[in-house]
Amino acid sequence: MTDLINQPMPTTPPRSQWRDIWDQFKSHRGALLGGIVFLLIVVTVFIGPLLWTADPTFIDIRSRNQGPSWSHPLGTDQLGRDMLARMMAGGQTSVSVGITAMLLALFLGSLIGVMAGYFRKLDNILMRTTDLFLALPLLPLLLVMVLLFREPLNAAFGPETGIFILIVTAIGITSWMPTARIVRGDVLALKEREFVLAARSIGTTNVRMITRHILPNVMSPIMVSATLGIASAIITESALSFLGLGFPPDFPTWGRLLFDAVDYMQQFPERVLWPGLAISLTVLSVNYLGDGLRDALDPRIRGR
Amino acid sequence: MLTFTIRRLVLAVPTLLFISLVIFMLLQLAPGDPMAQVPLTVPPEVKEKMREALGLGAPVHIQFFKWLVQFFWVEPQVLIDHIFGTSFSEGQLRVLSWQTRSPVMDIVVQRLPQTLWVVGMSYVLGVMIALPIGIYSAYRQYSVFDQVGTFVSMVGFSVPTFFTGVLLIVIFSVNLGWFPSIYDTTHKVTDWDSFIVQLQQMIMPVMVLALFNAAQISRFMRASMLDNLNQDYVRTARAKGLGEKTVVLVHVLRNSMIPVVTVIALGVPQVFGGAIITEQVFKVNGLGQLLITSIEANDLPMVQTLTFIFALLIVIFNLIADILYGILDPRIRYD
Repeated sequence: MTDLINQPMPTTPPRSQWRDIWDQFKSHRGALLGGIVFLLIVVTVFIGPLLWTADPTFIDIRSRNQGPSWSHPLGTDQLGRDMLARMMAGGQTSVSVGITAMLLALFLGSLIGVMAGYFRKLDNILMRTTDLFLALPLLPLLLVMVLLFREPLNAAFGPETGIFILIVTAIGITSWMPTARIVRGDVLALKEREFVLAARSIGTTNVRMITRHILPNVMSPIMVSATLGIASAIITESALSFLGLGFPPDFPTWGRLLFDAVDYMQQFPERVLWPGLAISLTVLSVNYLGDGLRDALDPRIRGR
Repeated sequence: MLTFTIRRLVLAVPTLLFISLVIFMLLQLAPGDPMAQVPLTVPPEVKEKMREALGLGAPVHIQFFKWLVQFFWVEPQVLIDHIFGTSFSEGQLRVLSWQTRSPVMDIVVQRLPQTLWVVGMSYVLGVMIALPIGIYSAYRQYSVFDQVGTFVSMVGFSVPTFFTGVLLIVIFSVNLGWFPSIYDTTHKVTDWDSFIVQLQQMIMPVMVLALFNAAQISRFMRASMLDNLNQDYVRTARAKGLGEKTVVLVHVLRNSMIPVVTVIALGVPQVFGGAIITEQVFKVNGLGQLLITSIEANDLPMVQTLTFIFALLIVIFNLIADILYGILDPRIRYD
């Protein structure tokens, strides 16, 4: 105790938790680079079309199958549509599908995880449901779901919105299980802590308890599974489009562009390259971001 | 351990029943009509008869029950008949494909070898690549090898197989012309030359899947080794004068393999699922390609059976992983 008193007074003000996390995140070079690259991709894809105003669906049959030139930096496809514009339009869809599906999966996963962890009565049934979902063969079921519900949703919302809703929902309800498991584990541990007891003793209701005390403390695993969720959602959407069961051809996504380019692989291999590189780079950057976030948010590793 | 295994086996039955029900109910919603291909000149009452002949006249629960009986009772009998030459299944109706009107399981058995060869090879190869890389990069953490290894495994894990597959085709089939881009299933291995041809057509699909699997497993191997390398028993082993090789390859490796083995077991069904895409890229007519064509052709019995087989694989390998974990790690006691 005397040692503590004899030590010089700290000259620097105490640092906030978020500052520590940011410092740890910064020191992870891959994560920082991944974050920057992902931001760049998102900005290019959403702001780019304002600068490069070519219409991605405009068919100019006379200038089809062109190589790179000043008027078409990435060339044109078999119908003379500008590839750069199509790549950006495709990126918009792919990234929005990824983010929306991730949000849906995250919402479902956190809801079920918190419910199962917090309410003991619900735990057994919710976790058995999670196990059942984990035992479902996901890719075959996704294919079946897309096949079954494409027509009715197209009729109800139009071809583009319909398939968007379908794919986002399908990916969302088949990928919430890992989040639910992690969140449940954390909630179970948090529930036994003193601050929860303290909060309960002053009469906090269950809803307040979950929103004010439990949820903020399970944010870090949720954020990590958010980044990994974006990556897997983008890959799943591209895989569906690549199998020809995703978005319609006049509504490009990166997976669809790759699928269309495979037919012309022998003559124009570069057309395969661009969408493939875009998917890979996005997923890679998001995965690095997730890795860095996991290290930064884990207090056991932080500061080492 | 035995009671745990039996309990899990008993629990697997309702799980599988529930999964088959989910798949069945989902397929009941299918908008397609199996009679769509029948010419318009066929009168409606004949069409109705044909529909009943496919078993569509009965109510939903009867249809589901019939499928269960066919899959779990008749098909095993067919298998027993095939092996022992008996005739239990004679005259009993099997699960029939709507496309070909032949038993679904016969087609599955025809397609299985291609998938097993490509998928099985790639998984074995992937594990063989992943383990040494994972061990060495954990042992020399933050070395150049580790940095390169983790980067490559991150890339392999992030780049989807449908892109690596297409990329390999562009490089090795289109530009260099070394390997064929299409997998020829009718090819028979009879002598050395045909073996070389078989090797050439297998190398690309196997490598694509193997790299993807290796990337995932080597990450697990590295993490698991790192967890163990800092443990006290490692210091003890070194302190009592054991060679570095013994310490790492016997003491640490054995303990690190426990979670990795279960990950490998859990990955098997996912590899089968992932092979759907690779089979589509390289035109291998295996189970994945069969699933896609039957989905497109609205062949519901086929889709139902195939999806259920995938689910069966998942449940079985989950069980194997749990049991392996209990056997390998004496600290784990389920009872």
